[in-house]
Amino acid sequence: MISANMAALQVAVPLIGAPLCTLIGRGTRAWLFATLVTWFAFAMSIGLLVEVMQNGAFSYYMGNWPAPWGIEYRVDHLSAFVLLFITGIASVVMLFAYNSVENEIAADKHRLFYTAYLLTLAGLLGMAITGDAFNAFVFMEISSLSGYVLISLGRDRRALFASYQYLVLGTIGATFFVIGIGLLYMATGTLNLADLATRLPRLGENFVVFAGFVFLMVGLSLKVALFPLHLWLPNAYTYAPSMVSALLAASATKVGVYLFLRFLFDVFGIRFIIDTWPLAEIFMALAIIAAVMGSLVAITQINVKRLLAYSSIAQIGYIVLGISFVNLTGLTGAVVHLFNHALMKGVMFLAIGSVLMRVGGTRFVHIRGLGKRMPMTMAAFVIAGLSMIGVPGTVGFVSKWYLVLAAIERGLWPVAIIVMATSLMAVVYVWRVVEAAYFAEPEANHEIAEAPWPMVTATWILAIACILFGLTTDLTIGVAQSAAVMLLGGGQ
Amino acid sequence: MTISEFPPGLILVLGALLLPFADNRIRPILVLGLPLLTLAMVWRLPDGAFAVVPILDYELVLVRSDALSRLFAIIFSIMTFAGGLFALNQKRVMELVAVFVYAGSAIGVVLSGDLLSLFFFWEAMALASTLVVLSVGSDLSYRVSMRYLLVHIFGGALLLMGIVVHVFETGSTTFAAMEPSSLGAILILAGFLVNAGAPPLSAWLSDAYPEASYSGTVFLSAFTTKAAVYVLLRGFPGTEILIFVGIFMIFYGIIYALLENDMRRILAYSIVNQVGFMVTGIGIGTEMAMNGVAAHAFTHIIYKALLLMSAGAVLYMTGKRKCTDLGGLFQSMPLTTICGIVGALSISSFPLTSGFISKSMISQAAADEALIVVWFLLLAASAGVFLHAGIKFPWFVFFQKDSGLRPPDPPWNMRLAMILFAGLCIGLGIWPEFLYAMLPFPVDYVPYTVPHVVNMLQLLLFSGFAFFLLLPLMKRTLTITLDFDWLGRRLGKNLAIGVGNAIDTAWRSLLSGLQGGIMNVLDHMYRSHGPRGVLSRAWPIGSTVMWIAVLLTVYLLVIYN
Repeated sequence: MISANMAALQVAVPLIGAPLCTLIGRGTRAWLFATLVTWFAFAMSIGLLVEVMQNGAFSYYMGNWPAPWGIEYRVDHLSAFVLLFITGIASVVMLFAYNSVENEIAADKHRLFYTAYLLTLAGLLGMAITGDAFNAFVFMEISSLSGYVLISLGRDRRALFASYQYLVLGTIGATFFVIGIGLLYMATGTLNLADLATRLPRLGENFVVFAGFVFLMVGLSLKVALFPLHLWLPNAYTYAPSMVSALLAASATKVGVYLFLRFLFDVFGIRFIIDTWPLAEIFMALAIIAAVMGSLVAITQINVKRLLAYSSIAQIGYIVLGISFVNLTGLTGAVVHLFNHALMKGVMFLAIGSVLMRVGGTRFVHIRGLGKRMPMTMAAFVIAGLSMIGVPGTVGFVSKWYLVLAAIERGLWPVAIIVMATSLMAVVYVWRVVEAAYFAEPEANHEIAEAPWPMVTATWILAIACILFGLTTDLTIGVAQSAAVMLLGGGQ
Repeated sequence: MTISEFPPGLILVLGALLLPFADNRIRPILVLGLPLLTLAMVWRLPDGAFAVVPILDYELVLVRSDALSRLFAIIFSIMTFAGGLFALNQKRVMELVAVFVYAGSAIGVVLSGDLLSLFFFWEAMALASTLVVLSVGSDLSYRVSMRYLLVHIFGGALLLMGIVVHVFETGSTTFAAMEPSSLGAILILAGFLVNAGAPPLSAWLSDAYPEASYSGTVFLSAFTTKAAVYVLLRGFPGTEILIFVGIFMIFYGIIYALLENDMRRILAYSIVNQVGFMVTGIGIGTEMAMNGVAAHAFTHIIYKALLLMSAGAVLYMTGKRKCTDLGGLFQSMPLTTICGIVGALSISSFPLTSGFISKSMISQAAADEALIVVWFLLLAASAGVFLHAGIKFPWFVFFQKDSGLRPPDPPWNMRLAMILFAGLCIGLGIWPEFLYAMLPFPVDYVPYTVPHVVNMLQLLLFSGFAFFLLLPLMKRTLTITLDFDWLGRRLGKNLAIGVGNAIDTAWRSLLSGLQGGIMNVLDHMYRSHGPRGVLSRAWPIGSTVMWIAVLLTVYLLVIYN
């Protein structure tokens, strides 16, 4: 009865796979095992999405304990979509990982690396699927702790410090999150999200609940790296191993946004919140600052990986901006941008990972003249760059289109113009890379070969997806729209 | 989508990507074959909309085929073929790739049935044409191409904003005639006009085009401005303001071309001038005017390319581009001279050339609508065109004093390309009915009437006289190396020049001011946002904790109020 238990297997397989991975052996075997587990998880997520699209949302009760008492796994359009792209990106990244990890991480640490990776994956998937607040916290801790380990394994010694900073801040964020949950538990006596949603309105104006809400929001803002709580992100992304940067950029912050959406719309009910407090305006202001500041800082960076990290901060800004419009179009744009941004940032981090492997660095001096030496890798980077700018025919355009449209629907002309202006900034930072790669002469004259084929293949799978989902939007927009309808409807 | 419905522009765009991988034997086949294939596909297109791709809630119509769009697509394909023939000796493959993407996107623009695909091809055209200039590889071409890109990104941004607003206002992405009364349509019009070389941003054209290679300029002259003419024709026929914009462009082009010394820059100014005629015609907006504009765009592409080919041939053989360094070339380059003269006569609308049968339709449209002032201005401008392009260019390049240069005619392929276009110029002049049959509206216009021909000949005769009478005056400009400081010194001496100058100076200072301003802002921002700046410094723990406290306080304050 695999189909009935898919929801449980989705998380359980990577979770149990992690300790098995240490036992199973070193090097190639560990990689192979982790890859198979990831692909299995991908297959499960496809199954879940198909199930949801056919029969609507459903729940799975752990150990057959019914909802408010046991742990509930809740699969609806939103969570299935998030599960799908996390496992999808992870599957591609694993293809990339073999050569990349071989190159960047000492051989005796490989199996520990893959173990930590599986734990991270299990944590991220758990956060996305669970319908239980405390369970979400547990999974958040699983993914974060193993994430710190992954980052600290970076080749650069600064990775250790970056990981330590992230650990301190991540722990603060998680603590705030658990304080928030604790306060909610105190007031309502339940941890189940759906149950919370029904009980909270009955309490009326309850300051314990309000405080819980604030703690949750601040904790999650840190997890998603929303300005001004983004400071942990650049170092973590810059110094982490290549495949970890790609994985975290594509998934970790996205799951944070997912929880953000869940609590804001499902649990508390967005109407209640925006009618009572000017929160949407605060989020919008922070999002705009994040988009502008992130893009500006990205322009001035000398390290491409760091540039990408700041660009991620700007993109988080777009996502939160879409949420802050609180209308169907904006929310659709935000949800679809979770996916679209994961794709394009994935390509860029993978491409730059290939550069790191072949050239030995990721600063602008290292990519000079690579357009000729590593044509496939750089071409993929350019495609993702065009998408980042929002050129029609790429996924980036789809997201920007919805964001701008949502801004106009709300009559917020200046916001629409700011979104377009930040696209121009993206032109500048993408162009800097293109200029260095295609128009500058290489520094040293030694031979640089194209990256090994699995890495190129992985990069190109995502690059092609960037174009494919930019042209055929039925799946992404369709699911995102259903998710947005559900979020807006569920809060009333 | 069947094969025959494949968007023809994409053949060139995709084919361009093959060029770097083809060796020297296969490349000529591609360069000549792809445009012919495109031409065949365009020729066979029936009326209707094809290659419809649904995206988001809208539909991309990649091919909207009717008489007007086919006319432009046909001349663009012919142009690509002849230009490709002319450019066969071009060693920089990068330029060929850029040119083919550029031509393919231009065809994509004129065939687009909706605003989204139009915008996509529009931007592709801007990027590819920038690469055409950039591919020269010199420092100057780099700076020029960046200026060029800046203007076109600005135009593209206007267009995009316009499209978004328009779609929001009307709910439809279809590209059809619109009234410039709503914000969206006004922004779209502004975006189109930037590419047409309209004031106040006319200077990008003469700034960038002469800096491309001998073959690159030939292509540049054809696509960007004429694609803009097409979209204006389709989107804003009968918009009165375009009459004024067009007339301004006509005289701007003439005055500047008369003052110019660089042979290809003379021709670049004359593009602004000729597009001015077309924009004026669009502003008039009657069926006669629209036919005239379409026909004039068709013939203009041919003779302007012919003129630039002859100038390109001179540049290719001598390496010189200033009128003062050239002269007397008719002795050793007879064919180039003849072709140059045919082009010059066409642009001056000499009877029996293609210019005569097309430009006169626009004048006729003005007369039909009783726009007397416009009609007189167009007439005066015709004389001016003869002065700057019809006589000045061939006279100073091929005749006047003997410069001592004795280069032979260019290689066979360049000769063939020139002969082809010279033949088209004369052929269309003698048998205009072929062109008239392709126009969007039925034509009941007879160009060759006695008064009309006599009128034109008188006009040309007298402006020819004027040229040689004023020759000493004209020559004086030649003793000075024309540069922008020269323009500065003449300011105030001549009002007409003064007006033009003021605009030019304003443009320059705007550019430099913009650069300075941007630099200042950038410096400032670099201090705060740069790698060492406050906002990107790596001391996250302390400051994040502070920010957490701040946010928590703010939220709590907000909530407990």
